[in-house]
Amino acid sequence: MSLVADPGLVADSEEPGARSRGRGYGSYVVAKVLGSVGSLLFMLLVNFFLFRVLPGNAAQTLGRGRLNTPAQVAAFNKAYGLNHSVLDQFWIFLKSTAHGDLGLSVKYRLPVSQLIVDRLWPTLLLVGVSTILSTLIGVYLGIRGAWNRGSVFDKVSTGTSLTLYAMPEWWLGLMLIAGLGVGFAFVPGLFPTGGLHSPDIVDTNSVHGILDTIWHLTLPVITLTLAYLAEYSLIMRSSLLDELGEDYLQTARAKGLRDVVVRNRHAVRNALLPTTTVIALNIGFVVSGAITIETVFSIPGLGQLSTEAISTPDFAVLQGTFLVASAGVIGANLIANLIYGWLDPRVRT
Amino acid sequence: MSDASLLAIRDLHVTYATGDGPLPAVRGVDLTVERGQIVGVAGESGCGKSTLASTILRLQPSNATVSGTVLFDGRDVLTMRWGELRAVRWAGASIVFQGALHSLNPVHRIGDQISEPLRIHNPSLADRASRQRVGELLDQVGLDPQRARSYPHQLSGGQKQRVMIAMALACDPELVVADEPTTALDVMVQAQVLNVLSTLVRERGVGMMMISHDLSVLADLCDRITVMYAGRVVEEGPARRIFVEPLHPYSAALSAAFPRVGDPAARFAPSGLPGDPPQPWLLPGGCTFAPRCPRAAEVCLPAEPPLTSYGEERSAACVRIGEPDAPSVEPASGHVS
Repeated sequence: MSLVADPGLVADSEEPGARSRGRGYGSYVVAKVLGSVGSLLFMLLVNFFLFRVLPGNAAQTLGRGRLNTPAQVAAFNKAYGLNHSVLDQFWIFLKSTAHGDLGLSVKYRLPVSQLIVDRLWPTLLLVGVSTILSTLIGVYLGIRGAWNRGSVFDKVSTGTSLTLYAMPEWWLGLMLIAGLGVGFAFVPGLFPTGGLHSPDIVDTNSVHGILDTIWHLTLPVITLTLAYLAEYSLIMRSSLLDELGEDYLQTARAKGLRDVVVRNRHAVRNALLPTTTVIALNIGFVVSGAITIETVFSIPGLGQLSTEAISTPDFAVLQGTFLVASAGVIGANLIANLIYGWLDPRVRT
Repeated sequence: MSDASLLAIRDLHVTYATGDGPLPAVRGVDLTVERGQIVGVAGESGCGKSTLASTILRLQPSNATVSGTVLFDGRDVLTMRWGELRAVRWAGASIVFQGALHSLNPVHRIGDQISEPLRIHNPSLADRASRQRVGELLDQVGLDPQRARSYPHQLSGGQKQRVMIAMALACDPELVVADEPTTALDVMVQAQVLNVLSTLVRERGVGMMMISHDLSVLADLCDRITVMYAGRVVEEGPARRIFVEPLHPYSAALSAAFPRVGDPAARFAPSGLPGDPPQPWLLPGGCTFAPRCPRAAEVCLPAEPPLTSYGEERSAACVRIGEPDAPSVEPASGHVS
């Protein structure tokens, strides 16, 4: 039975939600994916023209004065496809990129795509494991600290996080190498100081080989995890503190919910929104952040490939790693958007 | 005033510990709600009425020190164990919070938020039964049951407040505390929300404590009214009588603050009060209302006047009642319109 005594009072005009109900998560996902594809295309455009507008002549720079006759220059240009007009070159670039052909590395004399695939795995392993660990630990520390604000746990965890946050990650890596890799006084080094495999490992996919890789990755993973969990725990703590004064938490308590349910179902769900954005965006940048860690620990990953390509210089490789890095950022952005829309119904409409 | 009352608050003191020292928000309040009775609590912001409401379910902030007793169904809420308290929360007494805009969780569907207390207090409830109950509740507050799938941001302020009412009635509580349920709503929607709330409460015989600064609204809806000023009760009595012929000068000021349509005298009567309520950490000596009182005299200054009976279930805390140019007290046969 409807108890509204005066039907005139319940005006139909008071129905703002009626039209906004139509758009669900599906159309939100489609819109965000299309947006990311657009960004990717724009990035390809920049990736191509950025290197074309740089001053200098490829034949002169790369030839290092050895290409003297016009015939030699023409031969060089033909070999690298530079005899076509810029627009034709762009079209060829698009077609070959779509086919996974990123050109030839000058230094290695190998296809760039093959180099990148070889180097992608160590980076993904390093970045992936560190991101998962730092997210889990950081979010946990942030939640516990904020919910028991001012407790000993909160003070220790916030203090540690601030200290770690202030440290450059490569310095942290060097300290770990000095302490746990090289060893000090009578303490022997427990972990290798660099590389991904021991030289005596024949099959890296055997149980022994995998254990060896884990052993090699321990220090770099600890370094990256510590560097990023500090940021995540501080952000999670402050966004949860922001939620603590909200009225809906009082409603949840008044309903008779246990404290832990009020925290997890109501407060944390809302506090995760800003944290998700930061973590997902960071994944994109962690790929480049891993450059310093890969250098410190001599890990043959994408970061090391990029630094080598800059010092050579190896343009095709640079273009390729640039492509992978920016595709990573765009992909991480897309993931952030999708998680955000899933967590918060307000952004879907 | 026996323990058989639904809610019996006795000598309640609530003091907040702040950086500037103790802040007394509620100072010795007595209040009774019988089963099926609607009791209004009136007063300006900062008079302690919301603090009073929060202590009924022991929801006061952790920096508050509470003394006195809050007997709900004869059991003291302030000293009961956590498990017992959780059972009383919402199933025994529920709250319609002020600020409908923020009292619902923005990331959960309203249907889930309404069914949440149902499931907590009755874990064996089947999904279907709980969905059906949510539909009934939404229907009763005049919302389409399909709205259960909406999120709070898809509803207007009035709709959100009606969702809060549906939620408050979900577990068939014996007492509903409505803390300024219509703040931040426009006048038409206010009337509608109050209409839904009072009809449902009356029909089910639920006791209600209704908090508002608007004495005219309380006079319409309530059986009795308690007027609070600076953390104390200054007047208590039958709702219409307090509105029409207030004893305490503060009740008179609250009553005059809302013009009565068709009363030519009200157009020219002084309405409103000079100044603000006293800061709780700087209470004036003697009668706390004296600095703003149009009738203040020497006699008001030595001590805070106690709540004194004025026949016919009325009481007020003012020493000047009955003195010259005090509001006249009608005999018992007086009109109650």
